[in-house]
Amino acid sequence: MEDKIIKQISLFAENKPGRLANIANNFRKSGINIRAFTIAEAGDFGIIRMVVDRPEDAHEMLHNAGFTVSETNVLGVEMEDVPGGLGKIADVLGERNINIDYAYAFVTKTEKALLILRVNDIEGAILVLQGAGIRMIDMADIQQI
Amino acid sequence: MKEYWNPWIERMPISELEKIQEKKLSDLVNYVYQHSGFYRKRFDGAGVKPGDIKTLADLKKLPFTYKSDLRETYPTGMFCVPNEQLVRFHVSSGTTGKPTVVGYTQNDIDVWTTSLARAMTSIGVGRGDIVQVGYGYGLFTGGLGAHYGAEEVGATVLPVSSGNTERQIELMQDLRSTVIACTPSYFLFMNEVSSQAGISIETDTQLRVGIFGAEPWTEEMRRRIQESTGIKAYDIYGTSELSGPLFTECMYQDGIHIWADQFLIEVIDPATGEQLPDGERGELVITTLAKEALPLIRYRIGDITVINREECKCGRTHPRIMRVLGRVDDMLIIRGINVFPGQIESVLMKIPQVGEHFMIVVDRVNELDVMKVQIEMTDEAFSDKVNDIMALEAKVSSALKHVLNLAVKVELVEKGSLPRSMGKAKRVIDNRKL
Repeated sequence: MEDKIIKQISLFAENKPGRLANIANNFRKSGINIRAFTIAEAGDFGIIRMVVDRPEDAHEMLHNAGFTVSETNVLGVEMEDVPGGLGKIADVLGERNINIDYAYAFVTKTEKALLILRVNDIEGAILVLQGAGIRMIDMADIQQI
Repeated sequence: MKEYWNPWIERMPISELEKIQEKKLSDLVNYVYQHSGFYRKRFDGAGVKPGDIKTLADLKKLPFTYKSDLRETYPTGMFCVPNEQLVRFHVSSGTTGKPTVVGYTQNDIDVWTTSLARAMTSIGVGRGDIVQVGYGYGLFTGGLGAHYGAEEVGATVLPVSSGNTERQIELMQDLRSTVIACTPSYFLFMNEVSSQAGISIETDTQLRVGIFGAEPWTEEMRRRIQESTGIKAYDIYGTSELSGPLFTECMYQDGIHIWADQFLIEVIDPATGEQLPDGERGELVITTLAKEALPLIRYRIGDITVINREECKCGRTHPRIMRVLGRVDDMLIIRGINVFPGQIESVLMKIPQVGEHFMIVVDRVNELDVMKVQIEMTDEAFSDKVNDIMALEAKVSSALKHVLNLAVKVELVEKGSLPRSMGKAKRVIDNRKL
């Protein structure tokens, strides 16, 4: 079950010009590749969430650069890139009363869509999704995207 | 280890101390009337003759002296001795206006040094201690004051001055400093820098005592400092006009001992100038009983405090002033409500998720004062859920509202983004054009 958990990097950033550029520069310098990325903004601040190929290195690099950064356990769920793909996932989780804290999606080169999910019960979610025959990716998949 | 620097005077019954004060006060008014044109004019204007001052109860007949008097007579217009009797000048930083000049005779330096020697002894600092002085040396009185006091009690002084933080930490380890004297905000910064370098002040240094002052700080901040660094943190009090840092708490950390044979204190209502009974909060007024070059009569120092004349558990009989909440000059008036930065610090430091650094920003928007408090996100408090962060902001804001009775906007900013100070911390940005 553990191997289905993806380490997402979350970062606190003030909502100010140049903040994102600074973060992106740090990634470029350390050769870390961002696979999925989203910003949740709330007025004066934002939370940058991303899935990267080397999460441990990214965490250490950002921490040393003075950022407030954490690793969060999320799931990477494979969706058919067709209408109804998302609904199916939301349905099975909802039926088991598992709440989605947030989600963001991206499309891979292989015509699949990937949904990154943070849920309130990650282990429960893995069981439910597996039971419904929904495939989840692991860190090895992330590195190969 | 000595328990008292001068047991006879420090434990003298208060009635005897008051006799000394009475004698010194009467000598003082005669002295300033004779030697200072400024005071002669001031006394004449108030219709007071030196002969009218016979007992301590007569003190209230004397006119006040203000910081503005020192500015208006800049540089040496209030001095009572000719320049050739001076051994030193100090000049205040002028954070709240034009700088003020203080002159010292050799005796003034000796009295200052003795005051600090008593204070340092009362917190167990003496021979065998290595005192790292991280207050600025130079025109500011902090560095040289702490330096002379520490030498007097037989400690070894490490005169690093302020700044050069990596070096401070390196020397603290290499020379095994046991005592640090600096502003509390600078010590927090040192702690931050050393933690980043993987050095723990608690386990990797010999530091056991901090002598912190030159800016107001709170009981909550003390708790934070003591818990995070394992040292005992003591408050030191003074101001350049009175010579410099002069007084500290004793080991019981229950108020600052003011040496009654050298200084006479009262607390007044700042609005009316009337003396307040002991135990009531008001503005501290100090009369210097032993200064020669620049004696101050009923000086409105501007700090808000409470006098406690009960004998301390340490056996000292001299009156104490309870932790200074803030200087009248630092007080903000927000929509008619008085706010001291110290009140805000005390609220913030009670919330474990809030770090030690903060900034108060005041603006006027549509004719209305708006106060914003910026605090830094900490690693411990960070959550990647927006709701959690908004909940923390709301929690801090509601705690501030509860104490200040004011709506305060709380803004979380990035770790390390608020200015760090090596001297007196700047905690307020007031953008109102008042």
